[in-house]
Amino acid sequence: MSMQALFGQLLVGLINGSFYAMLSLGLAIIFGLLGITNIAQGAFYMLGGFTTWLLFHWAGIGYFWALLLVPVIVGLVGAAIEKTLLRQVYNLDHMYGLLLTFGIMMFIQGMFVYFFATAGRPYAVPSALGGAYNLGFMYLPKYRGWVVLASVVFCFATWFAIEKTSLGRTLRAATENPTLTRAFGVNVPGLMTIGFGIGVALAGAAGVLAAPIYPVSPLMGADLIIVVFAVVVVGGMGSILGSIVTSMMLGLLEGLTKVVYPQGSNMVIFVIMFIVLLIRPAGLFGRER
Amino acid sequence: MTDASVSSPVLAVEDVAGHYGDSHILHGVSMHVSPGEVVTIVGRNGAGKTTLLRAIMGILAKRAGSIKVFDRETIAFAPEKIARLGVGYVPEERGIYATLDVTENLMLPPKVAEGGMSVEQIYQLFPNLHERRRSPGTRLSGGEQQMLAIARVLRTGAKLLLLDEPTEGLAPVIVQQIGATIELMKKQGLTLILVEQNFRFASRLADRHYVMENGRIVDEIERSQVTARMDAIKSYLGI
Repeated sequence: MSMQALFGQLLVGLINGSFYAMLSLGLAIIFGLLGITNIAQGAFYMLGGFTTWLLFHWAGIGYFWALLLVPVIVGLVGAAIEKTLLRQVYNLDHMYGLLLTFGIMMFIQGMFVYFFATAGRPYAVPSALGGAYNLGFMYLPKYRGWVVLASVVFCFATWFAIEKTSLGRTLRAATENPTLTRAFGVNVPGLMTIGFGIGVALAGAAGVLAAPIYPVSPLMGADLIIVVFAVVVVGGMGSILGSIVTSMMLGLLEGLTKVVYPQGSNMVIFVIMFIVLLIRPAGLFGRER
Repeated sequence: MTDASVSSPVLAVEDVAGHYGDSHILHGVSMHVSPGEVVTIVGRNGAGKTTLLRAIMGILAKRAGSIKVFDRETIAFAPEKIARLGVGYVPEERGIYATLDVTENLMLPPKVAEGGMSVEQIYQLFPNLHERRRSPGTRLSGGEQQMLAIARVLRTGAKLLLLDEPTEGLAPVIVQQIGATIELMKKQGLTLILVEQNFRFASRLADRHYVMENGRIVDEIERSQVTARMDAIKSYLGI
């Protein structure tokens, strides 16, 4: 095996890990605050990717504006869905949230398949991020480095917002004890709308980052979400930092497997999930309830 | 008592019914509290005292009747709206957040009115909390957690405070400290409703006592009547 191939695959792993991180981070926020397992997270990722493509082809709005606008758009769509649909199932069993978001996923995905068909659409790498660096031991395409960097920034910003700001303090309190937090005068229902918006906006941002790498297609989220749920199971829903670290680790492991045993690369995360479930059912960073 | 008829009450509860899940807990409760009063709700375990506070706070899922807070009808209000009228809540389980440190716990409830204590004043009042300000809330001892739960509502400027069993399970020296804090709150003109099992503690602080039994208010005892009616009180509380 050549060093070039090894580092190439590790880079791919790191990039996949970045996407896992942004999606699972959003899932963790949503699950913590709303008690909803958002199966539609992959659909919001796709929505992000597609909105990026549409903004360019319909309105001539380029990549960097998209990176700013798309998370806001996806977040607003999410907030509207939370206010109208999700709100109805909070008092029911968790299973209803799962079913509802499954339906939302089928709807969003189905609409895009209906209007755009399933073929992947290419999105050009922004010219400022074209080309590659020669690092000596490997070529690093600029855009791929950018994806890792951008996702680290998104994840860190989210972590910082939750752990170090007053909005995050309130968010954590509402996650831990919503009833009491309301009794202190905090508008927890409003906070849940914001939390869901932020959670899916992260998926939307991941979709923007993905558009120049993976073909933009209505099904791009469906493939990813299965792996992301496995990552969440491994990491546990417990901690923000935990889901970021787990995502990156599993992404790298996947890349490494591609080098040493390519046939196993699609499976390795699920094997890890199996082992973790046997040893630590609550996940590596999860808390037993 | 004469004040109550003149100045409008801080809290007026009329014929309130309350359910917890399927069970009917409160049966037509009526009570009122005047500005600056300290009123206790006493009664045996399971009489509905905690449920009554939860009903006033709006966190009881099913409640009916009329609850006026500062002359506003709140029976249809969400809890956050009731809190913002100037009501502070110290729950029985203390409700200290494990994911927040002491300072974050203190800063969590939004200010609902002017005139709350500053963080510096609160730390002066509770030096223990200052020492432990970076610890996660649930690492504190029971007494410290209770101090924090009380301190938390002192910052918000709330004028009506609901305290549910603030002395439960605490050492006598801590109970004294909490008693002193309640005296201080009274001096500041705050209105307090105190649910208390410890009648000796309650009787030193309160202007008036409501006795609850089986989800009803069955008696009302003025401070001046306490000594004369001690036998009745003892039989109410089973002590």
